[in-house]
Amino acid sequence: MNLEEYRGVWVFIEQQEGQIIDVGLELLGAGRDLADKLEVDLCGVLLGHNVKDSAKELFAYGADKVYVIDDPVLEKYRTETHMTAVGDLVRKYKPEIFIYGATSNGKDLASAVATEVMTGLTADTTLLDVNVEKRLFEASRPAFGGNIMATILCKKHRPQMATVRPKVMPKPEPDHTRKGEIIEEKISIKEEDLRTKVLEIVRDMNKAVNLEDADVIVAAGKGIKDEKGFAMVKELADVLNATVGASRDLVEAGLCGHDHQVGQTGLTVTPKIYFAIGISGAVQHVVGMQNSEMIIAINNDPEAAIFNAAHYGIVADAFEIVPMLTEEFRKALKGEKAGGVTADV
Amino acid sequence: MNILVCIKQVPDTKIIKVNPKTNTLDRSSAPTILNPYDAHAVEEAVRLRKEHGGKIIVLSMGPPQARLAIRKCIEIGADEGYLISDRRFAGADTLATSYALFKAIEKLKEEEGIELVLCGKHAIDGDTGQTGPGIARRMGIPPLTNVIKVEEVDLDKKLMKVRRKIENGYELIQTSLPCLLTIEKEMNEVSYSPLPNMMRAARYEPIVWTVDDLNDVDIKQLGLKGSPTIVGKMWPPEKSSGAEMIEGSTKEQVEKLLSVTYEKRELFGVKGGEKS
Ligand SMILES: Cc1cc2nc3c(=O)[nH]c(=O)nc-3n(C[C@H](O)[C@H](O)[C@H](O)COP(=O)(O)OP(=O)(O)OC[C@H]3O[C@@H](n4cnc5c(N)ncnc54)[C@H](O)[C@@H]3O)c2cc1C
Ligand SMILES: Cc1cc2nc3c(=O)[nH]c(=O)nc-3n(C[C@H](O)[C@H](O)[C@H](O)COP(=O)(O)OP(=O)(O)OC[C@H]3O[C@@H](n4cnc5c(N)ncnc54)[C@H](O)[C@@H]3O)c2cc1C
Repeated sequence: MNLEEYRGVWVFIEQQEGQIIDVGLELLGAGRDLADKLEVDLCGVLLGHNVKDSAKELFAYGADKVYVIDDPVLEKYRTETHMTAVGDLVRKYKPEIFIYGATSNGKDLASAVATEVMTGLTADTTLLDVNVEKRLFEASRPAFGGNIMATILCKKHRPQMATVRPKVMPKPEPDHTRKGEIIEEKISIKEEDLRTKVLEIVRDMNKAVNLEDADVIVAAGKGIKDEKGFAMVKELADVLNATVGASRDLVEAGLCGHDHQVGQTGLTVTPKIYFAIGISGAVQHVVGMQNSEMIIAINNDPEAAIFNAAHYGIVADAFEIVPMLTEEFRKALKGEKAGGVTADV
Repeated sequence: MNILVCIKQVPDTKIIKVNPKTNTLDRSSAPTILNPYDAHAVEEAVRLRKEHGGKIIVLSMGPPQARLAIRKCIEIGADEGYLISDRRFAGADTLATSYALFKAIEKLKEEEGIELVLCGKHAIDGDTGQTGPGIARRMGIPPLTNVIKVEEVDLDKKLMKVRRKIENGYELIQTSLPCLLTIEKEMNEVSYSPLPNMMRAARYEPIVWTVDDLNDVDIKQLGLKGSPTIVGKMWPPEKSSGAEMIEGSTKEQVEKLLSVTYEKRELFGVKGGEKS
């Protein structure tokens, strides 16, 4: 493999039902930075049916070029079609770095492509950088067991690939004056030759828990101990019009479902306010909430790691302070909620 | 329908500790367990065998003590267990892992047909979820990741319908057999093992293969040598400047907290507050 032949930074642009989803735009922001350092083009890869018009939108977010394959077989994500399409593009245009959103389909695709083109893939990264001199991609991910980050390198294979957690990289401000080039390619696969068929896609948009879009999250950890403690936290969340989040240990204790879990193996969230109550602040939890605008931690251990990640910290017994907090917020908000505008607004 | 389940022995990450000086894992402190997702995969295989017959073979790559994880699968109901164990496999990333497992599956396939391969959604230590799709690509069969339900199996037509979890929902997919599924926790509950299984498991010795037992292996694709990714460095994540601590009696703390969030109170569902 001649590493010198590989140039350019690529971002896989995932779409759902024809709509480009945010993670691809976030990665264009991160990819722009890498491409500028390496002085190469930033390219998006967009696959689907009737998606060509959306390709232009990607220039505003930083892409110089967009490779588009528009074909009915690509309408719905399937590993076999997408793996072949992306594999062909990689073989033809030879990017040096290729990043994908770590969504269900993004991870699935990246894993298959890595084997298809025989290269390394770093999973679920949260930090990206590049060693310009060696043109070496430094993709870092939280590693198991405690407060450790690991940088994974791929020295002798190209492209250097990684999946990146959604919501970790900020979505760039669009610049609609930016222009770029659309390069259309074809796919060789025909529907008759395929072995999988997507019969139905069911999306439950009114899902009870929608942590990723919540403005306020009240999250609880093992420190709240049992169902009574959890009920106490839920009450605070109710008063604050907030969504309930949880640490993995709380989920594993059976106190709430996995769809509440925040962190490396749960969801990444970026609310305006995040309350962490009785959560120790393990790195796997923190990576999922560290980009929240305001983090308020309540823990009875002054040494708890969560205080390093928080903006405001309170050393207190949750069982004492949370009910008081609920009561005071209830009182303070009551007039405003019922009567609309109060005098001092 | 013969089913092959790939299973991994993992450190119990809830207990594992990191040595703060060297930033390495203190493996001695962590007991090992069967990767929880793989337990769900074996359980699903047992369920499918009940309906469609056939045999369940589990396959693991790992050190000799990975036998214990294989015994656990026998307890759940697997028929046979194979362990591929050799220093030359060590240090593998997901590309090299999927190669080694693929080579073992090829050999097992020579002996009897395999219609279905199951993997866990991910292993709780490496946590990449990349091994399953890698194996499927090498076998040239469709991978379906994050499966939460097998809806239908039609052995005559060699078709299967499964539900795959995606963001905010699921998709219903039809696939031809053979195929590979990676299994989510929602798939099933791992039931208590019946006593005869426990007794069989206690005495069970898996068949152990080394690299030399596999056919046409390209040694360069195995282990550390065959791994494109390497760990560059490990470091503790940056400590931020830390939180501003809100001191005082509980009552004072509550009051101060109310005032810090005052500006953002329209988020709490208050009408009429200025939008930030
Ligand atoms: C591969 C891997 C992936 C993981 N993924 C995730 C993930 O996605 N999300 C996640 O959260 N974790 C994840 N973890 C687990 C993580 O390492 C921690 O074990 C977990 O976050 C700890 O949960 P906790 O803070 O609720 O519990 P604990 O660590 O037990 O902390 C409880 C805290 O409550 C405090 N407390 C106790 N009593 C009170 C009281 N009365 N009042 C106030 N505070 C009190 C204690 O001081 C302590 O700090 C993962 C681990 C691994 C290995
Ligand atoms: C902290 C850390 C970070 C790592 N990061 C990366 C990375 O970013 N990229 C990379 O390529 N490698 C990485 N690795 C190496 C990776 O863990 C190994 O390649 C491992 O052999 C398989 O990957 P996994 O643990 O992620 O398993 P996953 O791919 O998550 O496992 C999914 C399923 O594959 C099957 N499976 C996995 N391993 C085996 C096995 N040994 N025997 C039988 N079945 C198995 C099981 O069914 C399992 O449920 C990392 C390792 C560590 C310790």
